[in-house]
Parts: sequence; C-alpha cells; structure tokens
Amino acid sequence: MPVNAGLATLSDHMFTWSIILYSLALVAYCGEYAFGRRGKVASTSPEQVLVTAAAAAPGHGAPAVKSVSAPRKPPRVRAPQAERFGRIAVGATALGLAVQLTSLSLRGLATHRVPWGNMYEFSSVVGAAAVIAFLVVLIRLPQVRYLGMFLLFPVVVLLFLAGTVLYAPAAPLVPALRSYWIAIHVTTISIGTGIFMVSFVATVLYLVRRRWEVLVEAGRTPTRFPVTLGARLPTTDVLDRMAYRTVAFGFPVYTFGIIAGAIWAEAAWGRYWGWDPKETWAFITWVVYAAYLHARATAGWRGTAAARVNMVAFATMVFNFFVINMVVSGLHSYAGLS
Amino acid sequence: MTADPETSVRTDPVDAEPDGLSTQPRPVRSWHGGPLAFARNSWRRLTSMRTALVLLFLLALASVPGSLLPQRPLNPTKVDQYITAHPGWSKILDAAGFFDVFAAPWFAATYLLLFISLIGCVVPRLRAHATAMLSSPPAVPRRLERLPSADSFSAAGAPADVAGGAVERLRGWKTVTRTEDGGVVTVAAEKGYLRETGNLIFHAALVVLLVGVAFGKLWGYQGTVLLTEGQPGICNAVPLYDSFRPGKLVNGSGLAPFCIDSLDKFSVDYDPDGTPAQFRADITYSLGQDGPERKDVLEVNHPLRAEGVRLYLVGHGFAPRFTVTKPDGTGVKDLSAPFLPQNPTTLLSEGAVKLLDTVKPQLALYGTFAPFAALGPDGKLTSLSPQPGNPAVAIQIYRGDLGVDGGAPQSVYSIDQRQVAIGALKQVATAQLLPGKSVTLDDGTKITFDGYSQWATLQVNHDPGQTLVLWAAGSVVLGLLLSLAVRRRRLFLRITPAPSPNSETVDNSAPVDDGARPDSEARSVVAVGGLARTDAGNFGMEFARVVERLRDPSPVRKD
Repeated sequence: MPVNAGLATLSDHMFTWSIILYSLALVAYCGEYAFGRRGKVASTSPEQVLVTAAAAAPGHGAPAVKSVSAPRKPPRVRAPQAERFGRIAVGATALGLAVQLTSLSLRGLATHRVPWGNMYEFSSVVGAAAVIAFLVVLIRLPQVRYLGMFLLFPVVVLLFLAGTVLYAPAAPLVPALRSYWIAIHVTTISIGTGIFMVSFVATVLYLVRRRWEVLVEAGRTPTRFPVTLGARLPTTDVLDRMAYRTVAFGFPVYTFGIIAGAIWAEAAWGRYWGWDPKETWAFITWVVYAAYLHARATAGWRGTAAARVNMVAFATMVFNFFVINMVVSGLHSYAGLS
Repeated sequence: MTADPETSVRTDPVDAEPDGLSTQPRPVRSWHGGPLAFARNSWRRLTSMRTALVLLFLLALASVPGSLLPQRPLNPTKVDQYITAHPGWSKILDAAGFFDVFAAPWFAATYLLLFISLIGCVVPRLRAHATAMLSSPPAVPRRLERLPSADSFSAAGAPADVAGGAVERLRGWKTVTRTEDGGVVTVAAEKGYLRETGNLIFHAALVVLLVGVAFGKLWGYQGTVLLTEGQPGICNAVPLYDSFRPGKLVNGSGLAPFCIDSLDKFSVDYDPDGTPAQFRADITYSLGQDGPERKDVLEVNHPLRAEGVRLYLVGHGFAPRFTVTKPDGTGVKDLSAPFLPQNPTTLLSEGAVKLLDTVKPQLALYGTFAPFAALGPDGKLTSLSPQPGNPAVAIQIYRGDLGVDGGAPQSVYSIDQRQVAIGALKQVATAQLLPGKSVTLDDGTKITFDGYSQWATLQVNHDPGQTLVLWAAGSVVLGLLLSLAVRRRRLFLRITPAPSPNSETVDNSAPVDDGARPDSEARSVVAVGGLARTDAGNFGMEFARVVERLRDPSPVRKD
C-alpha cells in the first residue's frame, strides 16, 4: 500500500511540536526548581537531611517508609510560583506526550504498519515510554515532580537527535520486518528502554545527592557544579528506591522483549539465538541489569557501587542503540539510515 | 549457618536486612583446618554473591569482543579479511579464540562457573525456603511501636476472641497465635512467600535454559540447499546438502525423514516503488521417501515445520536458461545454472553455465545476468531493479578444457582462470543477449538465451533443545515477575486485656471503638506492627488497609 504523504507530513509536524512542548515543560520544571528554593530547602535543610539520611543508612527496606514520611510531617511551605510552574510543567509534559503519541499514530496510519520500524521511530517510542514511566512514578512519588527537568533534558536531546540525525522518511517495512512480532518485540524493548532511562536519571541524581550528603556530613560546603545540585534533590533513599523500582519494573519487560525477539528470530532467521551483534549487546545489557539487581542486595555493593552498575547497564543499552545500529553491521540493520 | 540472614531477621525483625541473595556464611580466609576446610571455603567463596557478581561482569565483558570482532560462525569471509588486514596480532587473537568467542573455552569457563555458583547458591536457598514455608512466623517482637509501620486500637472482646477474629480477617496470611504471660495473646502473620518461590523458579529456569541450549548445540544440525524451479529436490541426508553444519553429536544417519521434492515456483511481490514486499517459495515436500506429496508456501517469517525440522527460505536469485545448437542441428536445451547476486538491491548476478560432456570440446558460458537490464556508462551490463522486467545476459564464451577432470574442486559460479592462463581454455566470443536472441560461434555452434528460471536457497534446521529453551524462557519471565513484584511482609499483633472495661484512660492514643459491645464488656488493646522484609514499596498503604480491616467489628463475611 502506498505511503500517505499528507499524514506523514502531519506526523512530522506533530513530532516537532512535541519537542517544543517538552522544551516548554523543561523550562517550567526549571522554574519550579528555581522558585522552589524556599520550600525545598526548608524541607530538606542539611540538619534534617542528616536525620533522615541517618535513619535511612542502616538498611534499605523498612526505614524507607519512615524517611519518606518524615519530610511530610512539617507541612511543606512551597512557594506559590513553584507550585504554579510545577503544574504548568506537568501539563506541558502531558500535552507534549499526547502530541507525540498522535505523531506516532499518524505515522502508523500513513505507512499502514506499526510506527517503530527504524531508529527515528524507535527513538520516539523510547522517549514517549520514558515520559509515561515518569508520569507513573509521579503518581507514586509526587514529591519528585521537579525532577522532571532532569528527565526531560535527555528526552528532548534524544528526540532532537531522532528528528535530525536519525530521521527516516515514512516508508514501508522490508519483508523481514513484516510480522506481528514487530508489535510485540520492538514494543516491549522500547518500553523497557524508556523505563531504564528514567532509572538512569534517578541513579545519576542519586550519585550527585550522595556526594552532596557525604560533603555536608563532613562539615564542608559543596561548591562544584553537579554536587551543588544535591541541596535540592530528594534524599538518596528516595532516589535509590526510584532507580530500583523502575529497574524492577523494566527488567521483566526487557527480558520478555528479548525472548519475544528470540521467538521471532526463530521464525525469521532459522535460529532463536545467533550472537548477532545486536543480540550480543542485548545479552550484555541484560546481564549488567541482573548484576545491578544482585548488587543492590549484596553487602558492600549497595548504594554507590550498585548505582554505578545501573549506569553501566544503561550505557550498554545506549551503545547497542547507537554504535551497533550505525557502525557495526549485522542482521538487525534496520536503522533506515543510508 | 550462623550468619544466615533468615535467622538474623527472625530474632530481630526490626533489622530489615534485605534478603541477602546468598545464604552462605562469609568464607574464612585461612589454610588452617586441612584440605577439607580449604575446599569448603573455596566452595563458599565460589557460591557467594560477590563471586556471582564478578562472574556476571566477566560474562558481559567476555561477550564484547564477540560483537566487535568478526566471528567465524557469522561471517568466515570477514574473519579472513580481518586476519589479512592485521597479520600481526590477529594470529594471537585467532589462537585465543577471539574469532569464535561464544565457543571459546574461556567464555565457556565463565558461564559454567557462573552456573555452578548459581546452583551452589540456589540449592541451600531451596532448602531454606522449604523450611520457611513449613515453619510458623516468628515470635512477636517486644516493642511493636518500633516497627516501620505501627498502630494500635481498642477492640471489644477478650484477647483470645479478638485474636481469633483477627486470624479470620487475615485471610491469605500465614498466622500463628501464641499466648504470653498475663493473658496476653499474640498473632504473628507472614505473607509473600511467592517472592522467594519466583526467585528460585527464575534461577532454576536459567539452568534448564542452559541445558536446552547445550542439547540443541550437540544434537542439532543445519543444512542448506539451493533449488532451481522445476528441478529435482533432495531428501534430508547429509551428502545431498550444499552445506551441512552438524552438532557435535550428530553422526549424520537417522536424520528426520523429510524430502523437499521440488521448488515449484518462486515469486516476489513488489511495492509500487519497486522494493520487494514479500518472497514466496511454493514447494512440494513429503515426509519420508514414500510419503504422500504435500504442498506448502514458504515465506519470510513463515517457515515450514514438520517432523521436528524447520524449512526456511533464506535466499533467492536467477538462473538464466540457454539452448546450445550444434552445426549438425542437434543440441542441448534448458541449460541453466544459478547465478549469484552481486548487488543485493538490483540482483545483478554472476555465474557460469558449463557443458562438460554434451559437447566436445567443453564449453562454458561465463558472465552476468541482469533482471532489469541497462547499459552502464562503461558499456557494461547493469541492472536497474530486482524485478525481471527486462532480463538480459552478458556472456563470455569459452571453449576448451574446463579442468574439472583434475579432481580439484572448483566454483560452480565461475570458470577456472588457471585453465585460461595455460591456454587450455580460450575465450571464443562475447555477447549481450536479450531473451530469444542468439550468438553463433566460429564453428557454427549457436547459443540462444531462452530466458530465466528462479532459484531459492532453502535451509533445513533441527534443534531438539528449542522447545525446552522456550519453556525455560517463559519460566524465567514468570519467576522474575513473582520475585520482583511480590513482597515478603510480616504483621504482628499483641492483644492485651484492657485493665477495666469502663476506664477511659486505657490508652489515649488508641481511639475507643463504640461499636457493638458484647455483653461481657471485656475489652482488649490491640497493638499492631508490620514490616516489609524486602523493598518496602507501598507497604504503608497495605498496612493501613489491613489495620482498617482488623478494626472492623462486624463479623467476617464467609464466602
């Protein structure tokens, strides 16, 4: 069936608008972060941080409940501007998401297929999955709303790259991709990737906050840039939990995605696993995320070390997406780039 | 097992150590105690969580060269090119197995050690889990208010009755009721054993998965054959394949009784822009040499599955057809040979048709076939599209001795240039032909280009382990879901008789229920505490709901 050029163009416009809306949301999150100074710092002044940090220090599971509820006890004085900015930010995020999902749907309608057949489309799905994952996290942990800026920044970068470097015009799929398995395999992999992206952001923030807490505890004032952000980040405990829970959700999804890929490969290529470079890196990513889940439960690896493992895991994922797709040739050469 | 986290949690529930994934005691770094102690310590170290972590990282690291260096099983030509391009250190890499990483001994050593570590870790946990499932929840700690979630309320009835009601309300929890001094009754409840069950399923499934993979590698095989439309097919036997890759324990006899009788038709659907949309191979096959003939259509993503083998369409191309007519009028019709695509997009193909016995001296037609012909700027034949809209050949005709009698193997897609070099084989003509056109040689032999047939490469795969692998993979996901979604949590109740039924100062913090008071007017104070042993999650909310249910004075619904 021929590609519907009108719908494809409309989809491209919508994609641009979603980037604009996310950028607006990003600015608004920054606004919330900036104006939230009074409220935020009051609720997490160093002394109090140390109390909660100390409470959180001995273990992971149980004290978490305490330290989360602790900052809530004094009614949080949130600057009204911050609150306003925060709401605008979430609104713009949701609107951007709606526009982006429309863009994806239109591309699907224009090409009569699932809209994730090349790197541009896949990046868009990953971005949308990350935003959805973040919005779901907000329902559980509303206090991390202002972290939206840290998540939307990589999302906007990813979508910008998708729209420029990775862009591929709407086109039908090559025969090998014409299978219902694309809907199962690529969907689960992209959702898993989006969730892991949220976890990665939480982990980076965890390490920043951790460094900040160590300095403050030692009686020093953090002055260097990323560490100074720590003053207004949630406690390490909240960030660690956010990172863990997202991986705990994303890991089975990603595992299922790999297995679905193996089932598809059995039908398409004659074997369920053949150490194609893409498969090899999916395996590496899987192993490192498994290591993260284990590290988090191993004495001596909890905390910073586990967080680093989580970062490495995401790095392998990014490597698999960009380097393996664009540099190394293999069976998974569907980037749509020439 | 003194350092068992299981035990330590039991004695002090406040110490919410996340369940250490290893139940092994920390190894003692000592040679004392003889070889037995050393062996035991080594075993403990191998099965410890840290070792497992290190092995996981090693496994990930060991996989990296397998994706960045060319690999023999995937592309032997690229490996040879790489070795030619880097003659120095590629020798060392080759000797160390870096061009077949996933079959290298050091890679096998890594994952085997990891799996031994995994088994050594899981077996004791299996025992511990069985014990935990069979034993009662632990004793109620002395100070419930120190637990992460705690509450208290007052209830109507004597402690024993209240405890009975609570146990009824705690459906789905494993409970044990105990009595303490002074008429105090305690209830300990535990839930979420599925977490550890899922964890064990996950790890056991990984072991089964590895067994399934090994099974397939040892007893599986893969055979490839090229079939041209209308020509006879083959049966599932080693010598009939163009290439055959057996598993280590395949002896070549007793392969599944399966015959591909013929490739009836190969066809391609094209999109309006000329790109291929779907490839189809209509085949006739039979199960066993005497079995009835059956028809099937192979497509990309749609293999044929029968008798434990799978038949795939893996490649296709063109086979130009020629007629050679000798000056005396006799001739050979329907001469054809598969030509190999040189350009995957336009399917400009190259190959050779050899006449070894039918004419003397021997003849060879060597050249290119274009499905959609055009002349390039250099006057050479090129192809504009894979669609056979304007087929043409450009051939060089050689006469002489092709050199096949020497016994040396030669490619069916080209002629032996050494024969040309020594003058045994001479080029006698070149021609660019459209279908129906012919060229006449100096001795009066006429060569006519009749058109083309299509060929398809079919692959027969057999992997006896793959069903097991699929089941294991499904169990891996199930185990993961359980172990990551279910939380092990404990709930403790201490029910103390209220000092006096009319006293208003039992416990200021405990709101007094004004619900239906039984005639006895006996009242109890219920202190509740709870904790999630792993990953607290939203246990706080669940705890509140449970307390709400416990406070509800209405009789428990039985349904």
